Amino acid sequence: MKFAILSFPGSNCEMDLYYAIKDIIKEDAELVSYKKDSLDGFDAVLVPGGFSYGDYLRSGAIARFSPIIKPLQKFAESGKPVLGICNGFQILTEAGLLPGSLQKNVSAKFICEPEKLVVNNNKTMFSNGYDFEQKITLPIAHGDGNYYADVKTLRELEENNQIVFKYWNNPNGSVANIAGIINKKGNVLGMMPHPERAVEDILGSSDGKGIFYSIVKTIKDRGVIYE
Amino acid sequence: MTLVKVYVNYKKSILNPEAQAIHSALNRLGYSNISDVKLGKYFEITVDDDSKDIDSEINEICDKLLANVNMESYRYEIVEGANA
Repeated sequence: MKFAILSFPGSNCEMDLYYAIKDIIKEDAELVSYKKDSLDGFDAVLVPGGFSYGDYLRSGAIARFSPIIKPLQKFAESGKPVLGICNGFQILTEAGLLPGSLQKNVSAKFICEPEKLVVNNNKTMFSNGYDFEQKITLPIAHGDGNYYADVKTLRELEENNQIVFKYWNNPNGSVANIAGIINKKGNVLGMMPHPERAVEDILGSSDGKGIFYSIVKTIKDRGVIYE
Repeated sequence: MTLVKVYVNYKKSILNPEAQAIHSALNRLGYSNISDVKLGKYFEITVDDDSKDIDSEINEICDKLLANVNMESYRYEIVEGANA
């Protein structure tokens, strides 16, 4: 299967993702410029972390108007997997593909630490390789990772089991300890922690592999997903 | 030319840790009478005179880009005939 890894001006995790997919997961991957207007031929899209457009105005606010976003929205509507990590998560909320927003960490500090997470829903195409309530460790590296949703949205997220990953010790002030959420349809996931930085023991953790393997397994079990 | 001043700030329910840091710095400087600080964004937008409906255009710009209405609110002033 073939992963598209989007690349915006200011992205800085696209190569980590590329090597994670190519060298560890052993699947095909290709960088796709923000200027492109098509995602034809790809089975999954990864929106990488970084500081697209220097985080000017708000994280993700300007990247959200790049030419690649329209095909990304179409891709998401077709039911294929879209995973946004860190700045990728921020871009997906700004683009309206996921509810809520990411605001400044409560501490007002940039936090770069390994964090313990709990798998709160292992029935998604991104998390079915984990056990329910499994504890995994992934690094975080963000200044704006404090997930916010109003009471109504939060209730919906809980009722539909859309909270996929929770922090064990909330580092940034996110409501309901949210580290990662999925859309209602179950094919767009956004998360602040970096699974691509935790794919080999030498990196301190290989717990992130499960996310990519879950996507690959889901796609291969299902065959080509609807278009 | 018409000048539009747009002010964007966080809604009351949203934490503003940067403003809190500034607030405590002011208190440390001895300004103990300062009870609150808010930190938002301010834009000056110059619009050509032939624009028909500035209000709807500015609202659209704010909703689409300048503010994230999930966490921020905005207001604006139109300065007629300003030498922008």
